[in-house]
Amino acid sequence: MIYFDNAATSWPKPPVVLEAMSQFMDGVGANPGRSGHRLSVEAARLVYGAREAVTELFRGPDPLRVAFGLNVTEALNLALRGILRPGDHIITSSMEHNSMMRPLRALAREGVELTVVPCSPEGFLEPADVEAAIRPNTVMIALNHASNVVGTLLPVREAGQIARRHDLLLLVDAAQTGGCYPVDMGADAIDLLAFTGHKALLGPMGTGGLILGPRVDERRLRPLKRGGTGSRSEREEQPDFLPDMCESGTPNAVGLAGLGAAVRWVLERGVPAIRAHEVSLAQRLIDGLCAISGVTVYGPRNAARQTATVAFNVAGLEPSAVGLALDEERDIMCRVGLHCAPAAHRTIGTFPAGAVRFGLGAFSTGAEIEMALDAVAALAGRAR
Amino acid sequence: MIEKGSYMAILVASTSHALRAERVLHMAGIANKLIPVPRSLSSDCGVCLRISREDAEAARQALEKAKVQIEEIKPFCA
Repeated sequence: MIYFDNAATSWPKPPVVLEAMSQFMDGVGANPGRSGHRLSVEAARLVYGAREAVTELFRGPDPLRVAFGLNVTEALNLALRGILRPGDHIITSSMEHNSMMRPLRALAREGVELTVVPCSPEGFLEPADVEAAIRPNTVMIALNHASNVVGTLLPVREAGQIARRHDLLLLVDAAQTGGCYPVDMGADAIDLLAFTGHKALLGPMGTGGLILGPRVDERRLRPLKRGGTGSRSEREEQPDFLPDMCESGTPNAVGLAGLGAAVRWVLERGVPAIRAHEVSLAQRLIDGLCAISGVTVYGPRNAARQTATVAFNVAGLEPSAVGLALDEERDIMCRVGLHCAPAAHRTIGTFPAGAVRFGLGAFSTGAEIEMALDAVAALAGRAR
Repeated sequence: MIEKGSYMAILVASTSHALRAERVLHMAGIANKLIPVPRSLSSDCGVCLRISREDAEAARQALEKAKVQIEEIKPFCA
């Protein structure tokens, strides 16, 4: 089987991830940060180890400024709903996933002013357009680091400099880059980093979080949820310190044990090495697809300017028909349609039909690329 | 054998803070153990760090240097 759906969820996972989760369920299993007995402390230590690992990977300021949650969607909701108030203005791009767009559209109905800066048909965002959109009441720039549809990398570092110059916060959705492209909260001037564990971090589903940079005053942040934290238990008010203020209820400790092991694996392998592997595969895939008559490839068509996510269409075939044929005839798993990103598809010109997406990963191989190209060429030939 | 009453408890805001402090104390070579917060010190249901009384000042300095927030360091009878 060829698994090309890593942009949705990476698979397979490094064996150490399964081992860490299995060990947790078998040998630890207790509630982290609640009870104080040996097993509870051990569980808390594993969760804390995951905090340290993601802090190291993203060059975050402090493990205690990592607020774990379910995924990047929850993290974005926390950052947006937690900070924005009616009358505030926020700037985003036309390449965003619905995890950004839907919370923003809801906030816009509640009085938050929203500017969606248009991107080019390849998905490129011009930093000057972002700066030109700033108003006196702008408080935040919110961007995905790379498009989940066509992989286009957005200029977050430039946006970070703009944010610093105008005293705004920069929120980055690193769902598509965390683990496969360098993300450095310091060098990129990222104030709020939303990440998810189940994609290129190679961890399990149900893990993710928001890392708060030193410029973010957590007292400005309204938690999404309130409840038990294992701390300040004598009080009926939510704690006002990180990470507890944002982490109510028993966490996905088994998942976070897996995430910690996964991120350690990524750190050992090295993001630059993973990136180099994916760039070489992606360029071969792009070049091969572009050479097939009847195939249209979207996005930068340049592996250096995108992640290893490549979207295309075959003339005469619906994306869904391509996906079904690849699955049934060639054992290739990919994702077709709108990829939860209608704005991005409008930008690249594939709305409402959508596109076929190959999401490569750290474990993809050159042989798989050749087999996939052969399969697409056969489909395109048949459709002519 | 440490005699009764010779401990200090480092009280912190949360288990995450306790683990952060544990890491710092370990690096500084100060023996410590995470224990449930003694009821006599706080009504909190979390954990604190137990150290020996003579290490209190060294621990305070190490934690301050690493910018780990602590609530207080209190003697208690084990």
